[in-house]
Amino acid sequence: METLVNTAIEFTAEGYLKNMDQWTPELARELAAKEGITLTDKHFEVLNWLREKQKEGVQLSMRKVGASGIVDIKQLYALFPGGPLKISSKLAGIPKPASCV
Amino acid sequence: MKKILILGAGTAGSMMANKLYKALNPELWKITIVDKDENHYYQPGYLFIPFGVYQPEDVVKPKKDFLPKGVNFVISEVAKIKPENNQVILRDGSLLQYDVLVVATGTVPVPEETEGLKGELWYKDIFDFYTFEGTTALAKKLETWEGGNLVINLAETIIKCPVAPLEFAFLADAYFEEKGMRDKVNITYVTPNSGAFTKPKATAMLNQLLEEKNITVIPDFYLMQVDNARKVLVSYDEKEVPFDLLVSVPVNKGDKAIINSNLGDEDGLGFIPTDKYTLQSKQFENMFIIGDATNVPASKAGSVAHFEAEILIENILSYINGQPLEAKFDGHANCFIETGHGKATLIDFNYDTEPLPGKFPFAGVGPMGLLKVNRANHMGKLAFKWVYWHMLITGKHIPISTHMSMAGKITD
Ligand SMILES: Cc1cc2nc3c(=O)[nH]c(=O)nc-3n(C[C@H](O)[C@H](O)[C@H](O)COP(=O)(O)OP(=O)(O)OC[C@H]3O[C@@H](n4cnc5c(N)ncnc54)[C@H](O)[C@@H]3O)c2cc1C
Repeated sequence: METLVNTAIEFTAEGYLKNMDQWTPELARELAAKEGITLTDKHFEVLNWLREKQKEGVQLSMRKVGASGIVDIKQLYALFPGGPLKISSKLAGIPKPASCV
Repeated sequence: MKKILILGAGTAGSMMANKLYKALNPELWKITIVDKDENHYYQPGYLFIPFGVYQPEDVVKPKKDFLPKGVNFVISEVAKIKPENNQVILRDGSLLQYDVLVVATGTVPVPEETEGLKGELWYKDIFDFYTFEGTTALAKKLETWEGGNLVINLAETIIKCPVAPLEFAFLADAYFEEKGMRDKVNITYVTPNSGAFTKPKATAMLNQLLEEKNITVIPDFYLMQVDNARKVLVSYDEKEVPFDLLVSVPVNKGDKAIINSNLGDEDGLGFIPTDKYTLQSKQFENMFIIGDATNVPASKAGSVAHFEAEILIENILSYINGQPLEAKFDGHANCFIETGHGKATLIDFNYDTEPLPGKFPFAGVGPMGLLKVNRANHMGKLAFKWVYWHMLITGKHIPISTHMSMAGKITD
């Protein structure tokens, strides 16, 4: 268990939020800082879109974010360098994106 | 008379035609199945063709041999589906009306999706092995290839038979070793996933194999472009991987008829939004989807299509009898993974349970080792060809439980 922004919030061993309802923009900023990212409005647009889709039960993929109309895949990489889908999911407070293998 | 229409007579469509024909009264129901191709291809065999284990003629048979005589088989391309009118339009403009629609149009690799993939090096130094043309062309290439950087790349995360590229890497390692030229070949496995495999237990085991076989894995590489002039793969974050011979698994998409009918998922890949338990369309209640054409989060594999068929036949019967759809697909997949030198391993899993070690009970054959590398599993993989032609696609009973069973699995 880790404590962030003065509330008890639980994470998985890989650092994903266990309960997406505990997410706040402040928490996202704090987690982003750890990744060396300063969140802009564009970042938040992506995070909010991911949270919305997660609630609808959509299986998320890089290509889906690229087709969201918010960013293309190249811009997604620029916003969340390294592993964009994993990092953005972490910062959006949603579970680790599932893979078929 | 009421009409059931099946689109696609591949693995899943053939199974459903056989099962529906057996279950329905022919005086009340007319069953029609449409496919653009008169030949049935045993796609799992494509893996072995480049290494000379199977010959091209081993994997092709006429489709009509596997469809019941009482089923109307139409050879034509589906151009458009109009679910609002319960109609399907064929390439020649003719119209088919239905009461119940089963979509089993599968998925195909679309190299055109990636800049430079189908460029001047296509079928010269760049090959796929997911098509009959690709795998037979690659077989020719390997006969005379003198070595260098062999790169195996997955262009997208959702592909059919997600373990096939890994098997290709293992078989290539063994092939070049047996040819006495392994020291002339670097094998690199380049994937958009976070590893060659991602579920923890199987990953631990497979990573060790990859290391032993000296296969380098480059994870988190999402292909943007293939530079033919420089012979490099370029990712969206501008990483580069050089190749001499590229074995590509291009982006896999649903059929263009699905995309043109606006029935595909929002990512543009053309997989149809499907209830992952009942296999009913999320949009139209008299439309069901099976096999590689769905967007359910299960592996796209023949074994999965088989387990789905066992569920779908029940649900279609319930649907036409006006009853609730009670049979639930659990995402069950069962896959042999060739590891080279006449050995293989076996994984068995579903939506909720990752592949675990232990024993897999197999009635009449005896237990098989899960996540173990042995000869028996390789024999199982080869036997799958016989089972496929003689039992699987004609919808015969196979003694493996439809829902994944925990019997024999070790959970620690
Ligand atoms: C290299 C490779 C190795 C594999 N290994 C294994 C394995 O070891 N084990 C395993 O279980 N699975 C394996 N698979 C996967 C397996 O082959 C597929 O998952 C399975 O065939 C899917 O069945 P399907 O009926 O959904 O699609 P398919 O069998 O591909 O059938 C789709 C059919 O629809 C037809 N069609 C499509 N669009 C139209 C149209 N517009 N009009 C008319 N007809 C149309 C096509 O012609 C085709 O006949 C492998 C696949 C590959 C490529």
